[in-house]
Amino acid sequence: MMMKTTPFYPRLSELNQTGLYGHWSGYLSAPRYDLSAKHEYFAVRNSAGYFDSSPLYKYRITGPDAERYLAGVMTRDVRRCRPGHAMYTVWCDEAGYVLEDGVVFRHADDDWLLTSAEPNLGYLDSLVGRLQVSIEDVSADYGVLAVQGPRSRAILGKLAPEVNDLPYFGLTPAKIGSAPVTISRTGYSGDLGFEVFVEADDALGVLDKIIQAGDGQGFRPFGEDALNMVRIEAGLSLIGVEFTSARYAFTDAERFTPKELGFGWMLGKDGGQLGEGRPFIGRRAIERELREGTSRWATVGLWVDWQEFEQVHLDRGLVVPKDENPVPWESMLYGGADRDERAGYATSLMYSPVLQRHIGIARVLPQHAAQGSTVHLEITVDHEYLTVPATTDRLPLYNPARKTGSTVELAPISHRMEQ
Amino acid sequence: MTANSYDAIVVGGGHNGLTNAAYLARSGLDVLVLERRGFVGGAAITEELHPGFSFTTFSYALSLLRPDIIQDLELVKHGFMPLLMPTHFAPMDDGDYLLLTEDEQFNDQEIARHSKRDVDGYHRWEHDLEKVIQLAMPMFNAAPPDIFSDDPADQADVAWMMKQLRGAEKKTLHDLVRFLTGSCADLMDDYFESDIVKSAIASSGIIGNKVGPMSQGSGLVLLYHLMGEQDGQHGAWGFHKGGNGGFTQVLQRAAESFGATVRLEAPVDHVITQDGTATGVVLTDGTEFTAPIVVSALDPRRTFTELVDPRELPSDLNDAINRYRFQGTSAKVNFALDDLPVYPALKGRIDHFGGFVNIGPSLEYLERAYDDAKYGWYSALPYIDGAIQSVVDPDMAPPGKHVMSCFIQYAPYELKGSDWDTEREPFGDTVQAVLETHFPGFGDLVLHREVVTPLDIERVAGLTEGNIFHGEFLAPQMYFMRPAPGYARYNTPIEGYYQCGSGTHPGGCVTGGPGKLAAQRILDDRKR
Repeated sequence: MMMKTTPFYPRLSELNQTGLYGHWSGYLSAPRYDLSAKHEYFAVRNSAGYFDSSPLYKYRITGPDAERYLAGVMTRDVRRCRPGHAMYTVWCDEAGYVLEDGVVFRHADDDWLLTSAEPNLGYLDSLVGRLQVSIEDVSADYGVLAVQGPRSRAILGKLAPEVNDLPYFGLTPAKIGSAPVTISRTGYSGDLGFEVFVEADDALGVLDKIIQAGDGQGFRPFGEDALNMVRIEAGLSLIGVEFTSARYAFTDAERFTPKELGFGWMLGKDGGQLGEGRPFIGRRAIERELREGTSRWATVGLWVDWQEFEQVHLDRGLVVPKDENPVPWESMLYGGADRDERAGYATSLMYSPVLQRHIGIARVLPQHAAQGSTVHLEITVDHEYLTVPATTDRLPLYNPARKTGSTVELAPISHRMEQ
Repeated sequence: MTANSYDAIVVGGGHNGLTNAAYLARSGLDVLVLERRGFVGGAAITEELHPGFSFTTFSYALSLLRPDIIQDLELVKHGFMPLLMPTHFAPMDDGDYLLLTEDEQFNDQEIARHSKRDVDGYHRWEHDLEKVIQLAMPMFNAAPPDIFSDDPADQADVAWMMKQLRGAEKKTLHDLVRFLTGSCADLMDDYFESDIVKSAIASSGIIGNKVGPMSQGSGLVLLYHLMGEQDGQHGAWGFHKGGNGGFTQVLQRAAESFGATVRLEAPVDHVITQDGTATGVVLTDGTEFTAPIVVSALDPRRTFTELVDPRELPSDLNDAINRYRFQGTSAKVNFALDDLPVYPALKGRIDHFGGFVNIGPSLEYLERAYDDAKYGWYSALPYIDGAIQSVVDPDMAPPGKHVMSCFIQYAPYELKGSDWDTEREPFGDTVQAVLETHFPGFGDLVLHREVVTPLDIERVAGLTEGNIFHGEFLAPQMYFMRPAPGYARYNTPIEGYYQCGSGTHPGGCVTGGPGKLAAQRILDDRKR
């Protein structure tokens, strides 16, 4: 019995200096390729990196009723996702709790692709009813390569000029060499970036061409560790870390509504973006939540007070830890004069090298949600629980203009030659 | 208030001048920075000297910048971005090498190739060093006390200093004294037997100073260079995005965002004084600016003998400044390269170029390089601290091409029987020949070469005798004696005239410490 490998594996395994692999949806997936995940992280933030996203579940949804079908399943009004575009959305149960998140890619009026982190085919099929829709699990048919970072456009543009004016969340067919691919301006890094979908048989050839296009530019593969760093800076939710699927929860304390997860923007103010005449699973519950203001949580960014964080370590004769590897557990947040009232918890916490601060993603009680609220983060120092103040902010904490914009800023230098 | 009138004028737009100006402006002062050249940065600049190739002409790496400055001045908002150096590479004479990475277990294996005993030696070294840094750090970060004053406030500062030391463990305090007064070679012998491991570490102890690794006092230079941090990792260095000139551009933006005005191509001729009080400055073109506070970011010689008249200063200060040792012994040779150099044992690989390329294969090599300088000539086989910055920061060169910054030790400011204008290219050839022996075919890759002699450092960056630290790191010119005993508190005997350059505590390198501590002093004085 062996774990499966992705279509890119034969080449990427040659580049893996660490010999390390984790498992992701049944596939081998590298936590890092280089001896330093932080080096890969900086490739994404300062040049570009490529990540093998192939283990994602991929469902092709076609047929004349595909739009109607998806509009009834997805929480976001996917009818507004026109062909040639992609849309990030969640889907909920009838109580308005989030089952999962994913991206729909609309290739044509009646041709969609949905990506998700967990298997969903049985659930999706069960909702078809009498609609003319066919749902096919094409997970193994395609390799998906995420090319992310400020240089991603310049690198891919050499092979597929279509990317040069691809808007944020745009989608285009293209060819790399003779292989047909689909390129979307999407990703999980909060930076300028693209995802390339390629048929499994063509995957290695396309990967080689992309690697070659980035040659001499600090372009390198990155693994799950670096991905996790950049996605926290980008305020992007990760199932299993930021939330669990309501489907597998045992109590409502383990379930969250879209608004509680920070996806209020998908719904619009007072549900204004939900769309007229669109019954979808969970709609009534969500509308009731918005109307009655019953959300139990808000999801916010955290800036840890750097002075206090340093001081609690220095006072005890310790070196101040500034570790870009995220803390792999939840950290409690407190409020109140004695810092003993429950305020929420940080789901992700890390030291951000580009922001030069300890940052986090947190779920807080509504009274702490206002931007700039102070909460107290529990950390362990010398085997003792201590708290340090942290300030809440809107997500994402790192949001460079190039992510959605059309230009990439020049490096700051003292003097350039006349052109 | 007239157009040429400010609350404070900072002379010199290097990184300490900008840091000082930013802190003063942040406190609400109307600040003017006067910079002689057409761009800020001083010795921390990045220039495109060959189309598409960005050269860090002088200073090239970052570590000692104090973390509080990054936060206080909100530098991240203005583009601050220190990039990780994932590797350190030290070639050897026999074609072997030492390659240190971010992975401790890899490093253990790598060190074991050279000596199995040095593996745990390295761990002990790192731990002991960390403890010494912890002990020294509070004093490094704070203004030095005035031990010569009987003012109660000054006495309290002295008591604070003694308190730092009283809490120390015996061994750590002993180690600290060995660093401050001893030699790198002695320290290395405590932990290591492998020559390449010793020299790879000890080479930080000769940077910028006229000392060899076997000289007493080189330990202080070593410790200084290890006092920095990269994201909390002590002793680690990084490259700023766009080089150190990228960093000073960020500082300028920060200073301006707090309201400071930066005026370029504005060389200051002298400080105007009246009855022992500074009232402003005059540019070389005669333009006058007035302010009750004038801060010199220049080195101590310029601060006390050029900007003001020594006749206005007490004789003990004049004596100390005359004695103050500069004697720069460092140079740079920077290259634009058509491709990556090839190290035969690592042909086809790139990872070993992720950080410093340290050419100084043994302590003896380094010491012999120093011997040449002692007698007034540049090293026949110099120590080279190379950095192919474009590997980590591809914006520094066109795709596939590279820039290589080479810091060279030793190149004494005063040459016996010749001068640097004559020796510039022969010196460049000497450096290139060393690179050629380690990277065969190096010369064929060179698209452009920039030789920066100590004389160039003096002429272009304005650093006296080309000393990169505004004066050597020697015990008698550090801490409460930097730049002179009794004048180490950023103020001067001229009322309203302050100093904030690297000739004040904590000293040189891109620390921002002098600029920040001087600003604190100025703001405290204003409250009195």
